[in-house]
Amino acid sequence: MNVGFNRQTRDDSVSDLAIVAAQPRAAEVERGKVLRRMALFDFFFHNLTRSAAILVLLILGGVIFSLIYGSLPAIRAFGLGFLTTESWNPVTEKFGAVAPIYGTLVTSAIAMLIAVPLGLGIAIFLTELCPHALRRPIGVAIELLAGIPSIIYGIWGLFVLAPFLQQHVQPALISLTGDIPVLSSLFAGPPYGIGMLTAGFILAIMVLPFITSISRDVFDTVPPVLKEAASGVGCTTWEVMRYVVIPYTRVGVIGGVMLGLGRALGETMAVTFVIGNAHRVSASLLAPGTTISATIANEFTEAVGDVYTSALIELGLILFVITFFVLAAARFMLMRIEQKSGA
Amino acid sequence: MSLYSHRRRVDAVAKALCWTGTLFGLSWLVLILGALIYEGARGLTPAVFTEMTPPPGSSGGLLNAIAGSLVMTAIGVVVGTPLGMLAGTYMAEYGRYSKLSTVVRFINDILLSAPSIVIGLFVYTVVVARVGHFSGVAGAIALAVLVVPVVVRTTEDMLLLVPGPLREAAAALGLPRSHMLLRVAYRAAKSGIITGVLLAVARVSGETAPLLFTSLNNQFWSTDLNAPLSSLPVVIFQFALSPYKDWQQLAWTGALLVTIAVLLLSISARALSSRGNYK
Repeated sequence: MNVGFNRQTRDDSVSDLAIVAAQPRAAEVERGKVLRRMALFDFFFHNLTRSAAILVLLILGGVIFSLIYGSLPAIRAFGLGFLTTESWNPVTEKFGAVAPIYGTLVTSAIAMLIAVPLGLGIAIFLTELCPHALRRPIGVAIELLAGIPSIIYGIWGLFVLAPFLQQHVQPALISLTGDIPVLSSLFAGPPYGIGMLTAGFILAIMVLPFITSISRDVFDTVPPVLKEAASGVGCTTWEVMRYVVIPYTRVGVIGGVMLGLGRALGETMAVTFVIGNAHRVSASLLAPGTTISATIANEFTEAVGDVYTSALIELGLILFVITFFVLAAARFMLMRIEQKSGA
Repeated sequence: MSLYSHRRRVDAVAKALCWTGTLFGLSWLVLILGALIYEGARGLTPAVFTEMTPPPGSSGGLLNAIAGSLVMTAIGVVVGTPLGMLAGTYMAEYGRYSKLSTVVRFINDILLSAPSIVIGLFVYTVVVARVGHFSGVAGAIALAVLVVPVVVRTTEDMLLLVPGPLREAAAALGLPRSHMLLRVAYRAAKSGIITGVLLAVARVSGETAPLLFTSLNNQFWSTDLNAPLSSLPVVIFQFALSPYKDWQQLAWTGALLVTIAVLLLSISARALSSRGNYK
């Protein structure tokens, strides 16, 4: 339709020239018509795009509203006690969110402990140490890790990583830490293979590419002059990174880490495979546990009764609120570094 | 002098750690892809593409799951893309400096990384609970909700890259903004926007969590979008966690297929966008 539209205006302008002298009136009228039609279309298109933008807001509003609406029965039944009760009993319909929240926080913490230093190391490697020819292929390879769907991490974690950890890593951890007071309780119990440590491991691999690519991008915003000045006064490569680049990009790096944390908190399928789905709070990292998202994924379709379903939706609401604040903080920090690099 | 050698040592250690860290990170990719190809290729027979998902203990394929995934992804992308493009257009053009755009940009970035299982719960309460049964339509809606933020983001970014003089030239000819967009800006940003759509397809074609309680699963061939519909990721989930060897084998093969599809999509998206950069 637009092709025709445009050609018509072009023809009009040509005929305009011919007719101008003879019949100024008719041409004027025709021109006005076309212009009005174009203005009308522009008005229509403007409002169409604006409604689409507003719809994005409505989607978020809808998500929040529907989660609150869906969890009303559970909120009425348990009140704030939902957040402080550990028991999760579908038979007696007593539900508490402590175990899933605990599992979510612990697995994410393990993931961040592994992924943050590793991600920063890879980002430093990519920006400072990597031979130029390898920079792009390695960057792409790391980003491919981000592209692999989470269910693939799950099936790999269940059939490859968990047996490996069970046979080789976890027994070693248990015997190594047997006599050390705090660590021995962290690594207590039999090596199941699946459990919170394994889930944290998988999450670390999954968030690694996010932390790496954002850190690399913010490292690239450092003005070369700053780095050259530091090298000029005799700093080693590491000192340039440690005392110039990282302090300069601190806000952005923290933003990237928070973004990774947001991913780790909400990650579902990979964790569901390897967490063991046990509703209890256990000090040992080797013990099976559960996370908010794993509980929902495992139990939602089998949930019978309003209260059970609604308790699961309330878990979803809690997850959404936690990730919302983490992601909002991350975006806020990344926005600040963007302004800095723009200025 | 000793201070200097100490600093040299610290530097060497830090560099070595960065090297090993990178090798470590890359080894995950190799290990995961290696296991996938090793386990998945064994079950890659023609039957996978011609037969339905079997009951435990008998042989079968993944045809209904593949078809269900394709249908739902296609609908999700067809619904989500125009919406995302229009919203992105508003943010980059009509409302570039408006309050609304700032808010939408922020919200969109949050939706972009929001847990997909929450989107599943949203569609469940809005669609499935209202209608009273699981359906392929609900699954497609959930995927569309996931497509939108990706497309919004890339459309906005790509339109912002279109040089201002192009817009001014169009305006100088007397074209209204809508014509400038449709005839000039979209063409200039075409490869970038297609990249965004490809990335969105890559993202949703591996999504499992939002489908678990929207489209559920279906063991048989079905083209009824109003009924539960099978999808590859959900079948992988169900089969991998089962105790049956046949099912686990099919899960590995399905996982290989999904990964190949997703990686091909993201590699072609990357190739497309880098080609666009050189132009």
